Amino acid sequence: MTAASPPLISLQSVSRTYRTDGVAVTAVRNVSFEIAQGEIVAVMGPSGSGKSTLMNMIGLLDLPNEGAVYLQGADVAGLSEDRRSSLRARSIGFVFQSYNLLARHNAIENVALPLVYCGIARKERLARAEASLQAVGMLHRAHHFPRQLSGGEQQRVAIARALIASPLIVLADEPTGALDSRTGAEILALFAALNRTGQTIVMITHDPGIATQCRRTIRLHDGELVADETQAMIPPKRNAVS
Amino acid sequence: MTMLQGFQIALHALRLNPLRSFLTMLGIVIGVASIVTVFAIGAGAQLRLQEQIRSIGANVLMITPGAVYQGGVRLKDGSKLTMTEGDVQAILEQIPEIQAAAGSLAGTAQVIHEGKNWNTTINGTTTGHFMVRDWQLASGRYFSGAEESGAGKVVILGSTVARELFADGDDPIGAQIRIMKVPLEVVGVLDRKGPAQDDVAFVPLATAKLRFLGSASNINRDSVAYIIAKVAGDGQMAGARSEIENLLRQRHRVPAGQEDDFKVQDPAAAMEAQQGAIRTVALLLVAIASVSLLVGGISIMNVMIVSVTERTREIGIRRALGGRMRDIRLQFLCEALVLCLLGGAIGVLGGVTLSMTVARMAGWVTSIDGQAIGLALAFSIATGLIFGFYPAHKASKLSPIEALKTE
Repeated sequence: MTAASPPLISLQSVSRTYRTDGVAVTAVRNVSFEIAQGEIVAVMGPSGSGKSTLMNMIGLLDLPNEGAVYLQGADVAGLSEDRRSSLRARSIGFVFQSYNLLARHNAIENVALPLVYCGIARKERLARAEASLQAVGMLHRAHHFPRQLSGGEQQRVAIARALIASPLIVLADEPTGALDSRTGAEILALFAALNRTGQTIVMITHDPGIATQCRRTIRLHDGELVADETQAMIPPKRNAVS
Repeated sequence: MTMLQGFQIALHALRLNPLRSFLTMLGIVIGVASIVTVFAIGAGAQLRLQEQIRSIGANVLMITPGAVYQGGVRLKDGSKLTMTEGDVQAILEQIPEIQAAAGSLAGTAQVIHEGKNWNTTINGTTTGHFMVRDWQLASGRYFSGAEESGAGKVVILGSTVARELFADGDDPIGAQIRIMKVPLEVVGVLDRKGPAQDDVAFVPLATAKLRFLGSASNINRDSVAYIIAKVAGDGQMAGARSEIENLLRQRHRVPAGQEDDFKVQDPAAAMEAQQGAIRTVALLLVAIASVSLLVGGISIMNVMIVSVTERTREIGIRRALGGRMRDIRLQFLCEALVLCLLGGAIGVLGGVTLSMTVARMAGWVTSIDGQAIGLALAFSIATGLIFGFYPAHKASKLSPIEALKTE
């Protein structure tokens, strides 16, 4: 990446206010930061600190009231709802705390789903879904339904789904929140491995133990950015998993 | 997302809950089945009427007795045989537009041939009758002049009577049959003209009077029950009609200002009017069947709205993974369309089965045409689009953030 190219994500003085029953609640207040290609960033903060709102804006699901979000230098506010959806299909990979797999579709169909919205034919969708499942070590479960999979397995399938369209950025919202610590560590190791291949990852968490495994941590409190720290190096993992 | 993908997703979703899908489309099934059946029965009735019109023959006028006064008392139409053989002769000779005419006397009787017998209409008439109705022979000959004037013991059979009395391959021509103990020789068998027309046996008019129906005409030995007359051309119907009316008023000495004691009718025109009435009734029935489609559509809308609510989270996931609002709308619209199309297809099958059953059980003529099926399917597609749009639109308008939060 040359110095001249714009950062992958850039937030400039972003604020987001919700109005519920006539009461204005500011979820995010005047937040600015940039994320470069290849980074792995933890967004930390207690619940209600605006982490999810921030992720929704980075993920193009929501727009700020004030300030601007730039994706590869382009202001996303100027895009229509449908354009943002199409951009989301190609550029953003979501990983959720509760996996959010479609219960009535098997693993490979779930993984292939984003490609439906990229206009890719079924045969290629399935071929790429196989490759993606292979990458997370879940190919042997391709035809299992979510209820037949353990939590860790479901999350691996969800990560395969997030990766399938080769997104610019993977957004993970508490990806280990529903998992036991051992499985959580495996998932974190998977994210770290993906990052080493150059995948940009933003992970939302309230667990300081997870944050320490990311090189950079952005801390939020009451909607405001209180810290943006970059560690000199990643500490050695305690539970290294093959 | 393409239309095809939309249908794939829709089929997948509907297969997961087959009973619910079937119950949802039941209204459409019933509506479409009713429309197809009503159309089939209506078209069948029209066919039957057309066949009747054809069987009477083109450009035919029918003269029947009208109301008569007897000492100031007005009797109902047909209570007295007012027409005579003399009237037939006069019409033939004095009205140039008339090509052929014949008087008839008719009654019913049992006809017997060896071990078989059959109850049918006995029509006493002249060869002119067959000319008026353009009725050809399948075999044999018409009556000869001598048989007509001399009350010959001969009979011409309609094809139904011939079939009922004679075994296959048994030639009726020359055979003896009996009607009311009178032996008659079969001289001709007529072509088929239609189920309602073929059940008849014709004898010469003089024979009918002398042997079978004499008592009915004892007031005037010359009487006939009705006259049929063939007019040369289409455009001459009205003229011929008023000429016959004038002629018969003179002959019957009907005073000016008094009602005619006869009626001149154009049966084809009357049946065409009836055909219009059938069409009206059929349209009314289709309108009623459409109500079922409407109810079916509302039921689809209802289930789709429930389905959208149940699948809010799925909608949120699809939006997060890049589904556009119009993809979501297309997905749910496809579901409604698939429900309606499947319902329509099942309804068409049901309607075809039902009208075939009606045809067999009630003996009605039914006719299924592609137009009715096409119309019914078009109706169900329209229903799917109209009633599927609102739930699909509602689904597409859901906020992905809110949708992802629902359990």
